[in-house]
Amino acid sequence: MPAPVIATQNLVKSYPVKNSKDFVAVDGISFEVAPGESFGLLGPNGAGKSTTMRMIGAVSTRTSGDLDVLGLDPNRYGPEIRSQLGVVPQENNLDLELKVRENLLVYGRYFGLPRARVARRADELLEFAQLADKAGAKVDDLSGGMKRRLTIARALINDPRILLLDEPTTGLDPQARHILWDRLFRLKEQGTTLLLTTHYMDEAEQLCDRLVVVDKGRIMAEGSPADLIRRYSSREVLEVRFGSTQNAEVADRIQSFGGSGFGERVDVLPDRILVYSESGENELERMTAAGLHPITSLVRRSSLEDVFLRLTGRNLIE
Amino acid sequence: MSGPTNDISDDMRSQTLAAAVAAAARTRRYGSWYVAEHRFRVMRSYAQTVLFTAVGSPLVYLYAMGVGLASLVDNNLGDDAVTGVSYLAFLAPALLASSAIAVASEEFTYPIMLGFKWNPTFFGMNASSIQPGQIINGIIISVAVRMLVTCTIFYVFMLVFGAVPGRLGFVAVPVALVTGLAFGALVMAYTATLKDDTGQLAMVQRFVILPMTLFSGTFFPLDVLPPYLQWIGWISPLWHGTELSRVFAYGLSEPIWLSLVHVLYLAALLAIGWVWARRLATRRLNT
Repeated sequence: MPAPVIATQNLVKSYPVKNSKDFVAVDGISFEVAPGESFGLLGPNGAGKSTTMRMIGAVSTRTSGDLDVLGLDPNRYGPEIRSQLGVVPQENNLDLELKVRENLLVYGRYFGLPRARVARRADELLEFAQLADKAGAKVDDLSGGMKRRLTIARALINDPRILLLDEPTTGLDPQARHILWDRLFRLKEQGTTLLLTTHYMDEAEQLCDRLVVVDKGRIMAEGSPADLIRRYSSREVLEVRFGSTQNAEVADRIQSFGGSGFGERVDVLPDRILVYSESGENELERMTAAGLHPITSLVRRSSLEDVFLRLTGRNLIE
Repeated sequence: MSGPTNDISDDMRSQTLAAAVAAAARTRRYGSWYVAEHRFRVMRSYAQTVLFTAVGSPLVYLYAMGVGLASLVDNNLGDDAVTGVSYLAFLAPALLASSAIAVASEEFTYPIMLGFKWNPTFFGMNASSIQPGQIINGIIISVAVRMLVTCTIFYVFMLVFGAVPGRLGFVAVPVALVTGLAFGALVMAYTATLKDDTGQLAMVQRFVILPMTLFSGTFFPLDVLPPYLQWIGWISPLWHGTELSRVFAYGLSEPIWLSLVHVLYLAALLAIGWVWARRLATRRLNT
């Protein structure tokens, strides 16, 4: 394996809290990202994903542990590391007082690039971000998806070796998300290393070669999406609903059915019951045969959401 | 891992390091200017306002105070009643310094709040090769340029109004610039401490800038005030700047040590504000 472009070892970030113990946002995280890889941090809000991204982005000093970005220590080589990164932050920080294209022009200068080169690159990137016809528009007049694409274009102005994306599609409508995913996929094909955080499992499945599941500042599992699903979940999931009043009562019967319950495992949620199994249809047939008639039933492929539920006992989006 | 693999990896690393060092070198050196460039572009979007106030305010103030109020003062007290010169000559350098303060109070308050909070562009800059201290430098550079333009226009009007008897009057322009920046750097640092604006910036306007303008020997010499109010002048950068401007504009007679105190005081405030603002920016952007 080639030398990793990002390597963290027992990375810790804690913040002092008045009259209390320190708040530990990142609690000993270790992972490596290979060049050209698309790597994800999947976890709920407050898991420490953004803090990890900020440390890798060389704008937050780690409390302890080792961190190595492109072979450099962010504590010493902040501007050097940042010159090789593109950063798409969770909160848009485009300059609303400037026009769309101007945002790219001023940003390119921050990397010491000559004006003519920045101008050329800006036009290429507006094309790439499908914003060429908006070059002279005010940023505020763009839709949420367009603003995100402009932020991605801005992050690419210096031809970064690594692109950091913090919750790239949060708050976007499905169509805007798909356009964005398509653009990110193209970057991936061109060999740009992507590091992204998300709390959407479908996003992680679409974009990530490999990911870590993060909760409360710790890594719960690591692997490819398919690998994680195989390891921590079943092939299929049967979701059944019996109505809020009967849910708990039926749950007991389902869990104890035939000694070990239905399927390989059963999870009881407040509004529905999940049965993990090789074949959801088979389980549903067995259930009906046993005299249990759910109001609704759904058989679906297992997802990272199920992996997360298995690992933490909680839902990703709460 | 075997030896050769390590060598290759070390070699790649040193190549990466060299590339990164080269890529960041220009920003390490000129980053402050890049930030200033950005600010100029933003100022261009309100350039009309900048020019309008730069031309309008000297006209309004010089006519209202320097001509209107001055005729009342001069008629009652004589042409040389205020520190030995006409009221217009006495007032004009103070108005010039005040115009620099006015630019400072605009540019070092809401735009700073904007960059840290409302439209957090400073965080965007900080994610590039730019460092927090360079953001502060760049803002000071850009505001200094706007201030210089404003003060120069003001000075031209002073000449037109015949308000500058002294031959070294033009020195009042750089003095006004330093005065505005000395005050402005402190205001910027203060603004950088604010997590939210719940009226603090309006309070600065009302309870710091307005009283400072009134009690800094702007409209009347400090020594006509009762002694228990004169301290306001002594701590006010505007008073120090105004007095120094008067020395050059019409040869106000004051001991040389006092002129030196003006210079040192303004320089000290500027240095303190600047360093403080840089520290706060670093703390706020690199958490």
